[in-house]
Amino acid sequence: MYVAVKGGERAIANAHALLAKQGRGDLGLPRIERAAVAGQLGVLVARVMTEGSLYDPELAARAILQAQGDVLEAVTLVRSYRTTLPRFGYTLPVDTAGLPPQRRISAAFKDLPGGQQLGATFDYTHRLFTDRDTGGPRIDPAAGPAAGPRPEMPRVTDLLGASALIEPDHAPGTGTGDPEPADLTREPPVFPMSRAGRLQALARADEGFLLALGYSTQRGFGSTHPFAGEIRVGEVEVEFEAPELGFAVPLGRVEVTECQMINQFQGNADTPAQFTRGYGLAFGRGERKAMSMSLVDRALRASEFGERVVAPAQDEEFVISHSDNVQATGFVEHLKLPHYVDFQAELGLVRRLQAEFRERAAAGPGAAGPINPAPAGAVGVISGQARASADGTPAGRELTLTEAPA
Amino acid sequence: MTPQTLPTEAPGETEAPGEAEAPGEAVAARQRWMRTLAMASRDALSAAWRGWAPKPAVQAVRGPEAGLVMVRARIDGGGARFNLGEATVTRAAVRLHGEPLATDAVGTSYVLGTDLEHARLAAIFDGLLADPEQRERVLAEVIAPLEQAHVERDGIRGAEARSTHVDFFSVAREHE
Repeated sequence: MYVAVKGGERAIANAHALLAKQGRGDLGLPRIERAAVAGQLGVLVARVMTEGSLYDPELAARAILQAQGDVLEAVTLVRSYRTTLPRFGYTLPVDTAGLPPQRRISAAFKDLPGGQQLGATFDYTHRLFTDRDTGGPRIDPAAGPAAGPRPEMPRVTDLLGASALIEPDHAPGTGTGDPEPADLTREPPVFPMSRAGRLQALARADEGFLLALGYSTQRGFGSTHPFAGEIRVGEVEVEFEAPELGFAVPLGRVEVTECQMINQFQGNADTPAQFTRGYGLAFGRGERKAMSMSLVDRALRASEFGERVVAPAQDEEFVISHSDNVQATGFVEHLKLPHYVDFQAELGLVRRLQAEFRERAAAGPGAAGPINPAPAGAVGVISGQARASADGTPAGRELTLTEAPA
Repeated sequence: MTPQTLPTEAPGETEAPGEAEAPGEAVAARQRWMRTLAMASRDALSAAWRGWAPKPAVQAVRGPEAGLVMVRARIDGGGARFNLGEATVTRAAVRLHGEPLATDAVGTSYVLGTDLEHARLAAIFDGLLADPEQRERVLAEVIAPLEQAHVERDGIRGAEARSTHVDFFSVAREHE
C-alpha cells in the first residue's frame, strides 16, 4: 500500500540537479551528441526503440542520454513520450520477404538460394578487446560476390513450405481472411490471447526476460528443439493508407531484425509430422531479442499443438503478464518510495504478536506450542487485509487478530 | 480534406480510401516522389527549396504535426497481421498559390520521424509536383538527384553486405 507523502521539494529539486550534473561527467570532455549515440550505439538504440515500442532513433538516442544509459529508464521515457502524440492510424503490414537483407543467415540450410550474408555481426569475433579500423570491408567492385545485382533471397520457410514440410504461415481451416489483430495499446490483454496479441506483447517485452525464458526452453523446460531457420536484418519500407489521399503513402524505411525458428513437431492423428514455427521481429539490429522472441512464441503455442503445458515459458499468462519491463520495474521500484504508514501498521502488529507470544510463553510451557495458530500465516492474512483496506479504512488502522478474516 | 489538383485525379471532396479512382499510373508516380521526399534528408530538401525560384506563396493547411502510426507486420512473415510497435510520423498539408502556379495546389506529406520542417518541405514539393507546369522541372531538379543519391547509398550498402557472403563447408557428416 502506498500512502502519499508531502514535502521534500527542495531536496528533490537538488537531487535532480545532482543527477544531471553526474550525468554530465567530466566537464573537460565534450558532451555526447544525440547523433553520436544514434550512430555509435546503434544496438542500444534498437533495444530502446523495440522495448519502448516506438521506432524513432533520434528520440531513443535522446532518451538514452537523459537516462544516462539506463535502458529501462530510457524505455520508460519513450513510452511516456508516445502518449503525448495522436495516432494517425495503422500501417500496411511490412513485407519482410521483400526487404533487401544486410544480413541473412540460416543455421538449417548451408546452401540457400541467394546465399548467406553475415552482414555486420558480432558472430565469429573473438570477444577480445580490439581496435578495428572503421574503413569498412574491402570491396572489389569488379569481382567477388559484391559485384553484380542483388540476388533474390526467398525465405527459408517458404522453401520448406513449398514441399509442405513446415506448417503454412496461414493457419489452415481458420479461413477468415485477414483478421483485425488485437492492439495492446488500445485494449488490455485478455487470456487466452491470440497469437497476434502475444506477438505484440513479446515484441515490446524485456530482452533479458525473453532471453532467460528462451534459454529455459532449450534446457528442457518446455523443450522446443529449435533451429534458426532464417535470420534477416534490413530496412523495410513502411506504407500508410492516408485516409485523405486514398492510397498507400510511403513513409520511409525502418530497420528490422526477423527470426524464423523451425521446431520439431511429432504430428498427431490429424496432421502429419512437420516442422512448426516460432516468429520474432524487432526494430533495428536486435538479433538476440528476435531469436528469444521466436523461441518463446513457439513455446507459447503449446496448447495449439496439444502439447502439455509444464514449463514457465509455455504459460501464457505468466509470460505475458511479466514481460513488460516498464510495468515490472514500476512495481519493483515503487517499493523504495515512502511506505511509512504501511510499515508502521505492520510494525505495530508484529510487536503485538510478539507481546502476545511472550504472554503465552510466560503463562505456561504448553501455551506457545504447536496448537498455537501459525503466527506467520496470521500476519500474512492481516497484512493482506491492511493492504486491501488501503482505499477504505484510515491508513495504518490497527487490526487485531479477531478482526482478521479467517 | 482538400483534394490534390493533380489533373488526373477525380475532383471532389469525397475521396474514400480504396476508392481512389485516379489512374494507377498517376498514383504510382505520386507514391514514388512521396517516397523520395520522405527518405531525403531535411538538409537536402531545405537546400533545394532555398534555391527554388520563383517561389509560390506557401500557406499551411494542416500541421506540420507529429503523430504515430502503428507499424504492422505478419505472423511468420506471411500470415495474419499483428501490431509490431509504433513509429513517429510527421505530416503536413500546404496550399501553394501565386506565381509560378496557374492554379492553387495542395501538397501533402507523411514522413517518418518528428522533423516538422522536413514534413513541411516535403509537402511543398508535393504541391509543386501537383502542378503540371512545374512537375517536370521538380522531377528533374529535385526528385531525380535525390533518387540517384538514394540508389547510390543502397548500392554501397548492398555491396558491403554482399562482401560478407559466406560459404560454409560441413566438415563431417556430409554423406548421411
